[in-house]
Amino acid sequence: MPAALAVSGLVKRYGAVDALVGVDLEVRESELVGLLGPNGAGKSTLVKIACGLVRPTSGRAEVCGARAGAREARAAMGYLAELFRFPGWMTADELLELHQRLAGSRGGERERIELLELVGLEEARKRAVEAMSKGMQQRLGIAQALVGSPRLLLLDEPTSALDPVGRRTVRKLLEELQRRGVSVLLNSHLLSEIELVCDRVVILLGGRVVSAGTPAELSRPRGVEIETSQGKRTYPQAGREDVPKLIADLVRDGQDVYGARVLTSTLEEVYVEAVGGETS
Amino acid sequence: MTAVLTIAGYGLREALRRKVFVVVCVLTAAFLALYWLGARYAFHHVEGVVPPAGVDARTFAGAFLFGMAMFATLFLGVVLAIFLTLGTVRGDAERNLLQPLVVRPIGRATLLVARFLGAAAVCVPYVLILYFAGMLLTGLEGSWWPDRIVTPGLELAAGVLVVAALSLLGSVFLSSIANGIAVFMVFGAGLVAGLLGNIGHVLNSSGLIHAAKIAAWAIPFEALYQDALRAITEKTSGLTGFLLRLGPFGGAEQGGIGLRLWVVAYLVIVGAIAIAGFARRDL
Repeated sequence: MPAALAVSGLVKRYGAVDALVGVDLEVRESELVGLLGPNGAGKSTLVKIACGLVRPTSGRAEVCGARAGAREARAAMGYLAELFRFPGWMTADELLELHQRLAGSRGGERERIELLELVGLEEARKRAVEAMSKGMQQRLGIAQALVGSPRLLLLDEPTSALDPVGRRTVRKLLEELQRRGVSVLLNSHLLSEIELVCDRVVILLGGRVVSAGTPAELSRPRGVEIETSQGKRTYPQAGREDVPKLIADLVRDGQDVYGARVLTSTLEEVYVEAVGGETS
Repeated sequence: MTAVLTIAGYGLREALRRKVFVVVCVLTAAFLALYWLGARYAFHHVEGVVPPAGVDARTFAGAFLFGMAMFATLFLGVVLAIFLTLGTVRGDAERNLLQPLVVRPIGRATLLVARFLGAAAVCVPYVLILYFAGMLLTGLEGSWWPDRIVTPGLELAAGVLVVAALSLLGSVFLSSIANGIAVFMVFGAGLVAGLLGNIGHVLNSSGLIHAAKIAAWAIPFEALYQDALRAITEKTSGLTGFLLRLGPFGGAEQGGIGLRLWVVAYLVIVGAIAIAGFARRDL
């Protein structure tokens, strides 16, 4: 089975500006990949190329084996833009029905109800978009992207307007989608969110992939911290394998040991290191 | 087909919500009321006028008034067509309304065709209703009826479709406001071409007449309007006929089958350029 999203040597130039400079990326079946990078790194351009809104200057982008932008590719994916707007006069149900028709979905009312339940909007089914909060609209946007049961979901900052509870709802939703076999490319600035839900992380900088891997692969060891009767002691050069010996030495010295923790860098530290402190 | 109907319906509901139809209905009601009042007074005064030799005052008044009503019909139809289409691509993309639709499997060409058909489904009946309302008011007040009844109305409707197509094409490249201004300027250019033709006929200047004809065919809604003007008085001859052919806003000129074929080809060409431009556009 082809990858949900396969990108190779992708280049995009806007006039004299290089938005993407030879990006290679793959999102496999049921995989949740987080896309990170400072503003202007090319994240949104990459997502837009994948869903056919922007044409690449060169390189290849394929969705489920079809060229990005082709009808088959568009039929296999769902997309929520960073900046999106739905007609304010439409109700949530009407909006989903419109997208069902455009996507050729035969799910009918059952699919619409199920999607609204999935994003916690079942009570707002008949509510007009203009009467919804920004967070509700964002959740409706996710429901819209899921119309027609896409194999690949492209989410560009899907939680930017959500409160902590809303973010938690989306996080659970992403985990549920993963269980259902949906692949997700998640573009977000919220590192903690990416760290919690993503299988792999790709960091873009200046249109290039500067770091990629699982959160565990990307994190670096930062020593071992041991809590004893005399307080916490940190061993910066030690690794996981050194812990039994360190504890044995401390006990031999007559200290009580209450706990030991292997320290690794957080995704935030990995990110800051990768982008060199760049913000835009 | 479902996608075309869905997008066309969506476009119309969006227009309904933006109060486009309310504005057009108010303008239409105001126009018809004023036109009825004008026709009533004009025909009332015609009865007491001694016209120059060779001029049939009632025919002249009826055809001239109705010619003006046809121009107003074309103008209001054009306003409606422009408001329905001016923001179809760039305008809606700038408001982030277009992207969620374009990523669906329907395709960009289908979206453009659907929006054109949606505009046509509103504009054509609107123009025909207004055209026949004007004719009815003229006939009832002045007992004057055009020589051709249906063809001029259809030509006006076709003229509005040409403007709708140009507006859709403009929407691919221009923002809503810029596109609206540009299309109204093109419409004004058509009006100027018609007036140039008028002057050319009065001065018997073949150069001006030729230039006006080229301009009218380059933007064929003007040539259609001129052909419609000719059709309402095609059996009127003599001095009355000559004066009427000068028309109220541009002279009456025969277009014939060549014009109709050109209009079809024009719509296809404009549509093809719009589709090609939209296909290459980053959103």
